[in-house]
Amino acid sequence: MAKSIDVSDLNIYYGDFLAVENVNMTITARSVTALIGPSGCGKSTFLRTLNRMHEVIPGARVQGKVLVDGQSLYDPQVDPVEVRRMVGMVFQRPNPFPTMSIYENVLAGLRLNNKRLSKSDADTVVERSLQGANLWTEVKDRLNKPGMGLSGGQQQRLCIARAIAVEPQVLLMDEPCSALDPISTSAVEDLIHELKEQYTIVIVTHNMQQAARVSEDTAFFNLSAAGKPGRLVEMNPTKKIFSVPDEEATEAYISGRFG
Amino acid sequence: MSTAQTETGSPKRRLGDLVFANLTLAAGVLILIALAGVAIFLTVEGAPALGAGSSDLSGHSNFLTYVAPLVFGTLLAALIALLIALPLSLGVALAVSHFAPRRVAVLIGYVVDLLAAVPSVVYGLWGILVLGPRLIPVYAWLSAHASWIPFFGGTPSNTGRTILTASIVLAIMIIPIITAITREIFSQTPRLNEEAALALGATRWEMVRLAVLPYGRSGIVSAAMLGLGRALGETMAVALVLSASGVVTFHLISSTNPSTIAANIALTFADASGVQRNALIASGLVLFLITFVVNFSARAIVARYEPGSK
Repeated sequence: MAKSIDVSDLNIYYGDFLAVENVNMTITARSVTALIGPSGCGKSTFLRTLNRMHEVIPGARVQGKVLVDGQSLYDPQVDPVEVRRMVGMVFQRPNPFPTMSIYENVLAGLRLNNKRLSKSDADTVVERSLQGANLWTEVKDRLNKPGMGLSGGQQQRLCIARAIAVEPQVLLMDEPCSALDPISTSAVEDLIHELKEQYTIVIVTHNMQQAARVSEDTAFFNLSAAGKPGRLVEMNPTKKIFSVPDEEATEAYISGRFG
Repeated sequence: MSTAQTETGSPKRRLGDLVFANLTLAAGVLILIALAGVAIFLTVEGAPALGAGSSDLSGHSNFLTYVAPLVFGTLLAALIALLIALPLSLGVALAVSHFAPRRVAVLIGYVVDLLAAVPSVVYGLWGILVLGPRLIPVYAWLSAHASWIPFFGGTPSNTGRTILTASIVLAIMIIPIITAITREIFSQTPRLNEEAALALGATRWEMVRLAVLPYGRSGIVSAAMLGLGRALGETMAVALVLSASGVVTFHLISSTNPSTIAANIALTFADASGVQRNALIASGLVLFLITFVVNFSARAIVARYEPGSK
C-alpha cells in the first residue's frame, strides 16, 4: 500500500511571499526520506505540501506538481480531505485529543471515515495500531484513561498509532522527536525502522545523527540568503550525503560549519 | 540546594509592593463587604414578609405560596431564553472563529457586540411594539394546529405579550454575552489540536467537533450560566413585554402568564407600602439566592470539565 511521491517544479507561497522555490524530488516507496536544513529553510513547509496541510494557513498556496503514485494531489478534482486520509502526519509536539481516552484517540481517524465499527473490529484496530506504535504493552491496561495522562514519548507514539490506524499510504513526520528525551527518541526511531516495511516515510529533523540513523535518503534544504526563498540544495542516499556530498554547502552544514 | 535555612518572605519590603498589595486587597475586601451588605439588607428588610398575611401578599396566604409562582416564572422565562440563545450563540461564535471569511467575521463580531450595548428598555419596547404583534398570528396558528403539545395549550394571547415573547427578547439580550465568551474560547483552541484533526482527514465541521468543541466545553458551560444569570435578573424588558397574571402554567403562548421576580418588583414596588414592600424585598432575596446557586453550580461544572482534571 505504500506509494512513491514525485515532486516537480514546486513553488510554495505564503500570500505573495515565495517561501520555497523550485523543488524537484522523488521519494521512494517503503523507505525513509529525511529532510534536513537550518530553521526557516522551508523543510516543514515543504512537508506540509505533501498532504495539503499547507493550505490550512490563510493565503498559503503552491504551484507545481506533487504526484503520489501518478495521482496529482493538487488536481482540482482532488479533495484535500481525501488526501489527508491517505497521507498521515505526525507533528513536532505530541497532540493527542485532550478529552479522549487512549482508545478513542487511536480510533479518531477511523470514526471520521464514518465507518460503523463493531466493538470487536475496533478492539482489533486499537490493538494492532498500538502494537504497531510499540505502545501496546505500556497502555493495554489503561486504554480508557485520557491520552494526555501519558508521558511525552508515549503521547507521541499514541499519535503515531492514531496516524497508522487509518492505514495511510504515506506517513509524514515533522520533527517527531524534538520534544522528547533520548530514551523516547530511541523508541520512536526503532518504530520508524519497523514502519518503513509498510509505509513511505518522510521525516523532518534537526538532528543530523537521527537523519543518518533512520533514513535511506536525505534531502538538504537551505536559504540562499536571509529573506530569500528556501530551496532544495541536494538530495542523495544518506550514506553519500554524510560522507561525500555533492555540494559544498551540504558538507559545511553537516560538519557544523554552517554557511 | 544547600542545607542552609532559606528565608521565606523578603526581609526588605519595597514601598511599591506594599502599596499595590494593600490596594488590591482592599478592592477584594470591598467587593465582599458590598455583597454581604446586600445580603444583610435583603434579609433584614425581607424578614417581616415571612409573617405577612394575605392582605399584604396579593391574596396569597403565606410568603412561600406568594413567591413560588414568581420563582417558577423567572426560571421558566430564563430557561427558554437560554434554550433559544445557546445554539444561536454557538453558531455565531463558530462562524466568527472558524467558518466565515475574516472580514465578514469581524463585521458579525462587531454587530453582536453592539447588541450587548443596547439598553434593556429598548429591547422591551421592541418586544412590545414590534415582536409581540407579529407573533400573534404565529401563536394563533400554533394554538390551532399544535395545541396537542402542552406548551402550546390554553387560549392564545391576542396581544402577543406572552412568556414566550418575553423569552425570545431575553434570548436576544443574552446572545451577545454567550457569543462573546464562546467566540473567545473557540479562537483560543490550540492550533496543534486543530491540525491533529485536519491531518487525520477531518472536514471543517469534524475538526470543530474533534478539537474546538471539546476544548471549549468548560467555556460553553460558563458562558451559558452567565447568560442564564443575566436572563434571571433582567427586569425592564420582561416588565414591559410580559402581560403577567401570576399563574403557574407551562402554556407558553396563552393570555395568562406567570410573572418573574424582577419584573414583579419593578411593576409593583412603587405602589407597595409597609409589609408589601418587605415581601417584595424578600422575593428579591430569593432571586439573589437563585443567581448565587446558578453561579456556584456553573463553577462546579467548569471545575469538573477543566482540562487536566479527571
